[in-house]
Amino acid sequence: MINTENLSFQYDNEELMSFPDVNCDAGEIMLVLGQSGVGKTTLLHLLSGIIRAKGGSVSIAGQNLSELSDKKLDHFRGQYIGVIFQKFHFIKSLNVLENLTIAQKLAGKPIDENRCKELLENLQIGHKINSKINELSQGEIQRVAIARALVNNPAVILADEPTSALDDSNCQAVLDLLSTQAKQSGAALVIVTHDTRLKDMIDNKITIS
Amino acid sequence: MSVLKLAWKNIVSNPLNLILSIILFGLGIGLISFLMLLNTQLSENFEKNLADIDLVIGAKGSPLQMILCSMYHIDNPTGNIKVDEAKAFLNPGHPLLEISVPLSLGDSYKRHRIVGTNDGILELYNAQLDQGKIWAQDLDVTIGAGVARATGLKIGDSFKSSHGFDDDADLAHDHSAFNVVGILKPSGSVVDQLILTNPSTVWAVHDHTAEDHEGHDHRHHTPPVRSNEELLQHPEKDITSLLIKYKDKTNYRTLSLPRAINEHTDMQAASPPYEINKLYSLIGVGTDAIRWLAILIAFVSAISIFISLYKSMKERKYELSLIRVMGGSRATLFMLIVIEGIILSFIGFVVGMIISHGGMEIMSKFLQASYRYDFTGWRVISGDAWLFVGSITLGIVAALIPAYQASYTDIHKALSEKN
Repeated sequence: MINTENLSFQYDNEELMSFPDVNCDAGEIMLVLGQSGVGKTTLLHLLSGIIRAKGGSVSIAGQNLSELSDKKLDHFRGQYIGVIFQKFHFIKSLNVLENLTIAQKLAGKPIDENRCKELLENLQIGHKINSKINELSQGEIQRVAIARALVNNPAVILADEPTSALDDSNCQAVLDLLSTQAKQSGAALVIVTHDTRLKDMIDNKITIS
Repeated sequence: MSVLKLAWKNIVSNPLNLILSIILFGLGIGLISFLMLLNTQLSENFEKNLADIDLVIGAKGSPLQMILCSMYHIDNPTGNIKVDEAKAFLNPGHPLLEISVPLSLGDSYKRHRIVGTNDGILELYNAQLDQGKIWAQDLDVTIGAGVARATGLKIGDSFKSSHGFDDDADLAHDHSAFNVVGILKPSGSVVDQLILTNPSTVWAVHDHTAEDHEGHDHRHHTPPVRSNEELLQHPEKDITSLLIKYKDKTNYRTLSLPRAINEHTDMQAASPPYEINKLYSLIGVGTDAIRWLAILIAFVSAISIFISLYKSMKERKYELSLIRVMGGSRATLFMLIVIEGIILSFIGFVVGMIISHGGMEIMSKFLQASYRYDFTGWRVISGDAWLFVGSITLGIVAALIPAYQASYTDIHKALSEKN
């Protein structure tokens, strides 16, 4: 579902960064491990088309991202990629439900509130549907972030450090939650993290150094 | 959840940020709109009251004062003239004059002027009777619609006048009461604000209070004087001024008439349009200054809209990036900020309209007292439409730079920033 080949990127006046290939099929999980500062976020942004690669290619659902224009890439990202950010970025002026519906709207899909409610129910935060993001606990925010990443049934879910701030039991719970949701919607799940606890839980993995 | 709705949510979720720019913008727009509203109604007032009056003749003094007194009833007379002096112009057979209406001024009732005149004044101002009849006997009055509304006088009511324009009990004339015999339809002209009666009524009230002191029978022994012919029977009496309408404005003898009066008599003649234009240019300097001030305020407030949009755009960098990640394009971000600018300026415009129209409605009572004309705030003028277009344009222009910056946000950088 998501495959990269000889991916490389270079910041201005810095060394060329090369990344091992990422290959993850629908319903599977892949772990990208690496210490802080080795370019994990850069890889995540390359995979989601937020930045363009210097060399090599990223293809998602058979589409090579470098072949898309900026505008088409924005649209493609909205439709095929769900991103769970480390910092759980949301639009503060909107409530939980609205943060999900705007994701549908921006991806060019029809607004389907029932789908959003179903997702939130699944994640056990259905009662927070009309809350503002800043009224939620850390754990609830994480669930909303997962719900938003899933709302458009993306082909690929990219998760940036989803567990690093959590204790062991919650770490396991979130991983289970993510993998269950990804399997249910048939998406490829790529987790980018420095959290070594995950190393033994996931077989398909690469390490950036 | 459309972009429009998102822009709206962004604005209402952080209103304190924007309240200053909205108030400032509203104030600028409100001031401009108020000036236009005032200007429109004032010039309508002045123009409607020109009423085809070609010439005003009265006692020597300031010609503008004479016009403001005799036509707009917002100033005191320059003095009186004898019927004898004006007899040529009171003569119905005068070859150059179509209408000649004498005015005798002096008293008022609750700040509404009592005018001794004949029914030629109704013809000049196109005023028509609504109820009752035209004044005939001395102390009979026919009142304008505005007077009826403001004072509550009805046919059959009576009242006592006071001297000049002052509504002061000490100055009230101690004489027999005026009787309301008729009420005019609203004409939109100054007649609405007048109390009309015979010249002889005014003489009687004045002569008696001037000469007699105690218990006197104020009923007159002379028959009432109404028409110009009757007026000519009393050459020793005073009138304040004459309103003249020419038969033919372009006749060369007509054109030289004012000069002849000014040079060869103790009276003066003045042309209303000329004096009013002079007044406009005097007022114009003041309103121009205020207008530039208002434009300056609007401009400064546009800058403040720019600053608040720019600031909120910087604060929301990661939200904007998020919109891109979720599938929005650069154009989406650009539109989002521009729509926020439009919403801000629209709210500012609405605030401005409330300030100007509400303010006008509140001030209309004071304005009516000093201008003898009905002002209203509940009226949309074409200038408001132009202000609307101008406001929205200003909002869009103020949003352009923040919108451009937003659309070129480096989302990679914004999303990787650690804080």
